[in-house]
Amino acid sequence: MRFEVNGEELETTAEPGQVLRTLLREHEHYEVKKGCDAGDCGACSVLVDEQPVHSCIYPAHRLEGKSVTTVAGLGTPEAPHPLQQAFVDGAGLQCGFCTAGMVVTASTFTEDDLDDLPRKLKGNICRCTGYRAIRDAIQGVTNVETAAAGDAAGRSVKAPAGMRVVTGREQYTLDFTTPTKLLHLAVLKSPHASARILSLDTSRAEAMEGVHVVFTHRDSPATLFSTGRHEDRNDDPDDTLVMDPVIRFRGQRVAAVVADTVRIAELALREIDVEYEVLDAVFDPHEARLPGAHLVHGEKGPESRISEPGRNVVAQLHGWHGDVDTALAEAHAVVEGTWQTQRVSHAALETHATRGWIDDDGRLVLRTSTQVPFLIRDEIAHIFGLPQDRVRVFAARVGGGFGGKQELLTEDLVTMAVLRTGRTVQYEYTRDDEFTIATVRHPMTVKVTAAADSDGLLTALAVDQLMDTGAYGNHGIGVMFHSVGESMAVYRAPNKRVDAESVYTNNPPSGAFRGYGLGQVIFAVESAMDELARKLDIDPFEFRRRNVIVSGGHLTVVDPLDAEDLLFGSYGLDQCIDLVENALNSPPPADSGSLTGETPVPVGDEWAIGTGVSVAMIATAPPRGHFADTTVELNADGTYSIGVGTAEFGNGTTTVHTQLTATVLETTPDRIVVRQSDTDVARYDTGAYGSAGVVVAGKALHAAATKLKAAILERVPGTLTADGVLVGDRLVTPAELLAGGPLVADGSHNGTPRSVAFNVHAFRVAVDTTTGEVRILRSIQAADAGTVLNPEQLRGQIEGGTAQAIGTALYEEVLLDGAGTVTTPAFRSYRVPRFADIPVTEVHFASTHDDTGVLGAKSMSEAPYNPVAPALANAIRDAIGVRPFELPMSRDRIWRLLHG
Amino acid sequence: MDLVGVTQITVPRTRGDVVLSAGVRPLGGGSWLFSEQQPEVTGLVDLMALGWEPVVETPDTLTIAATCLIRELTEIPLRPEWPAQELVRLCADSLLMSFKIWNMATVGGNVCTALPAGAMTSLLAGLDAVAVIWDAEGGERRAAVAEFVTGVRTTAMGPEEFLRSIEIPVKSLEARVAFRRIALSNLGRSGTLVIGRQDADGAVVVTVTASTPAPVQLRFDGVPTAAELAHALDGIDVWYDDPHGAPDWREAVSRLYAEQIRVELSAGGAA
Repeated sequence: MRFEVNGEELETTAEPGQVLRTLLREHEHYEVKKGCDAGDCGACSVLVDEQPVHSCIYPAHRLEGKSVTTVAGLGTPEAPHPLQQAFVDGAGLQCGFCTAGMVVTASTFTEDDLDDLPRKLKGNICRCTGYRAIRDAIQGVTNVETAAAGDAAGRSVKAPAGMRVVTGREQYTLDFTTPTKLLHLAVLKSPHASARILSLDTSRAEAMEGVHVVFTHRDSPATLFSTGRHEDRNDDPDDTLVMDPVIRFRGQRVAAVVADTVRIAELALREIDVEYEVLDAVFDPHEARLPGAHLVHGEKGPESRISEPGRNVVAQLHGWHGDVDTALAEAHAVVEGTWQTQRVSHAALETHATRGWIDDDGRLVLRTSTQVPFLIRDEIAHIFGLPQDRVRVFAARVGGGFGGKQELLTEDLVTMAVLRTGRTVQYEYTRDDEFTIATVRHPMTVKVTAAADSDGLLTALAVDQLMDTGAYGNHGIGVMFHSVGESMAVYRAPNKRVDAESVYTNNPPSGAFRGYGLGQVIFAVESAMDELARKLDIDPFEFRRRNVIVSGGHLTVVDPLDAEDLLFGSYGLDQCIDLVENALNSPPPADSGSLTGETPVPVGDEWAIGTGVSVAMIATAPPRGHFADTTVELNADGTYSIGVGTAEFGNGTTTVHTQLTATVLETTPDRIVVRQSDTDVARYDTGAYGSAGVVVAGKALHAAATKLKAAILERVPGTLTADGVLVGDRLVTPAELLAGGPLVADGSHNGTPRSVAFNVHAFRVAVDTTTGEVRILRSIQAADAGTVLNPEQLRGQIEGGTAQAIGTALYEEVLLDGAGTVTTPAFRSYRVPRFADIPVTEVHFASTHDDTGVLGAKSMSEAPYNPVAPALANAIRDAIGVRPFELPMSRDRIWRLLHG
Repeated sequence: MDLVGVTQITVPRTRGDVVLSAGVRPLGGGSWLFSEQQPEVTGLVDLMALGWEPVVETPDTLTIAATCLIRELTEIPLRPEWPAQELVRLCADSLLMSFKIWNMATVGGNVCTALPAGAMTSLLAGLDAVAVIWDAEGGERRAAVAEFVTGVRTTAMGPEEFLRSIEIPVKSLEARVAFRRIALSNLGRSGTLVIGRQDADGAVVVTVTASTPAPVQLRFDGVPTAAELAHALDGIDVWYDDPHGAPDWREAVSRLYAEQIRVELSAGGAA
């Protein structure tokens, strides 16, 4: 079969049943991405004979004589297609994994199509941006700027990798060719949610041509670990084996095949015979705590650090200060309610994947889609009994994370396969895997009781929280503690009580998700506060002003003497409340409402209009230690190389790192060479979670750069410029500077003390009371991020967080059948917001400077997500007069609130 | 995605080359077949290779080949004497899948996939189109599209049969129509899709899809009263339940839209 790709003839054969996407990638066209492999997401879009198609569903046998154009064929970094340039200039990408498909698709648009973007882009999912920046890019709006030497901080400079991403040149996890033949790993997944493996016969699979090895629990290391990763491994429960004879959720690993191709590996799975003893199971977290419930990890001992294995409780917190019951009895107004949140998939467009091999020094190397390469290295060494210096873990650019890649899900099996075969082995999750065996956001049942006096001052706040951590604990401890942290501390109430339990079930494991538990409890608390304000007949903005924490107050959850390292490095909540209220009470700006430029306020008796607001607070870094050790080195050509552990997955941290370094060293960001997310290039980095990329690693880099500047000027006193050191009117060049030996400095930060950041969101909505449709008329968020280091990127984080939260609030739900099976295993049944679903969010920044942050900046990546769902719920409540208690507030649920 | 269980793809030159069985399935555009694992499928016969004329007009019918691309269907020039033709674009836009899929997906493939939200099924059932089914022996039979789709992922075809074409009666295209749909997200998979049609003789048919496992048609001699319509809707005993909408909501919005359609058709007078 002969066809053309990007003008070059390709002669090849395709397997029966093969699609164009995999054929292109076999021929090193790695610019063609896999987001779903089902025709839903558009990441693999290419042109075939000028027509845009999804290459993942295009039958390869039809290619004879055809001409295929990928994003790499549209343009090069040197000569980009106008749209490629526009995506860079418009800042129309974050992780960039959807970008190739976006650019290819948009390259076919006519002038008329620009008014029809919701429809024309409904086959392209972006999980990061919230689509506003993509709209801008397609419409030719420039949002980035260039910075003069030493003046990058505070400017909307572009992402360093932008041009490589838009032209398909940037490598993600699997976008490279391994010198030796690559083997593939596939996993046999349990059809039962709770079972014991009685026997396994792998002989037929092992005998198949092309099969190298078949693993079962008999091959598994005996070391218990947690897939959730933190700085201190003792924070998470040791309840997981690489392969376990006891099955605790449907889809758990039963066997793994390593074969020459994915096809052979998949076919070999069908030849494995397994005999199961089906065990009792528990799927309801309420039932899981009752006597007699099936115990998911009942056999585990104290070494697993499970709070009460005999009650399926992995973690619990029960505490109070003051006297809530008396306060309730004496209150002027009391509100009580129980709120429920759903399972949400991170839906990062790049699925989890790892490729591993043995390097020339005999070390194990894992290239993996992770937010935490150092923590993966440490745990792999722990599980397999390897010295840490015999393992190298690194991440290329990662296609989205959102917490889902703070998890060790593919690296262990690849390690097992590489150690056994000595070969290069790859394990790539499918999209189905992402929905069924990767983690989801913890579903929570949150009961809130809140009381106030006749002045509208809170007198009591009590939360009773139950979360389903699923079959394995991973983040079930940390998420539980965090969930009732800043969500409770943001309100000043003299009497507070917290009851929280994190419970095992035989459902798929939950895990870390943007906001790390806060969002679920904030949804409940902020809904209750809205209801309390109504009861007291106090404006919701005013109610918050009277009751939120103020600068200098103690951040009390339940223990006012708690000596945590959390403090007010700055305070901008008051500004955020004012900014949002003023915006809401002002006429909408030109760019508001829908992304397509109009704000249609629907007319008709069936439409009800309402507004709602919510506040949110979050710590600027994770507790219990977060470390970054970085280096900055001067190169002879005047560039600087930075070594930093932080991974780039659309968080934009890399951009800020170049800005910080360039600013200190009086140069421009394009002269900063970034080496990152590799255990070989930085001494240590806890990882990119808890929004730590700027406030921890960025601060470390700033220290390193400052040290290097001092070292340079010590060697040659003068004025540092982008071209060298100016001594009088003579320039000492970098090469001359380096004649005296290398100029390199390191800088570290330990992540403490921590400050707090704030977000306030308001919506105006119209609700169709006959169908339950919610139309967002205005979306306004104010953020207190301290010093704004890159306004366009920060806006992008807020818009993206808002969009993801609108998905959570209105559309998304990983559904189970009640017996542990996911019934929404694809984007066609799990509604990630598309272009048509997301409004313009009007973004405002508070003006603060944080004493703890780098150049006064605070983190702002998880935070924007948290106030969105309650603000929407409050607006819907305002419109229809009925309180939604359950997420997502889908059209059928809203309709049922009114008619059910 | 790669279909790892497929060992044979047949590219037929004539009808006789199309030999089907439970494991060997006809391949249209492939946009659905290649979108999920098909563990039962071992072979595919690529009907696209037969080169069927996508659209053929006869005095009484507009005949759409099963292999006609959805894009090709939307590109048929609009004719003023065919008011119902507007449904083509409305239904194509009701597909969850984007315009890029229109470049691959076929009209017949959408009908044969027999998903409740299959918008080509909605369109063709709403127009009382007739499926032309070929069998292994060279025979041919016909079935109304509304009867052809018998349930969720099931059709009236046997394992050795395949869909050749769909005949849209010209008189349906000449009819007045009204259209409503809703999904749980703005351009998402339909939760319900209701089409009303009034033919030249005054007869009205309301076709409900997406909210029911298979198309439901309610027929009236003229525009029904609200009570007559409501009574007819009472006869629908199963409202579909899947992640795209709860059955009680689907029933409610279907009733709402059917009534709106009734009012719209009565407002316009006789066709």
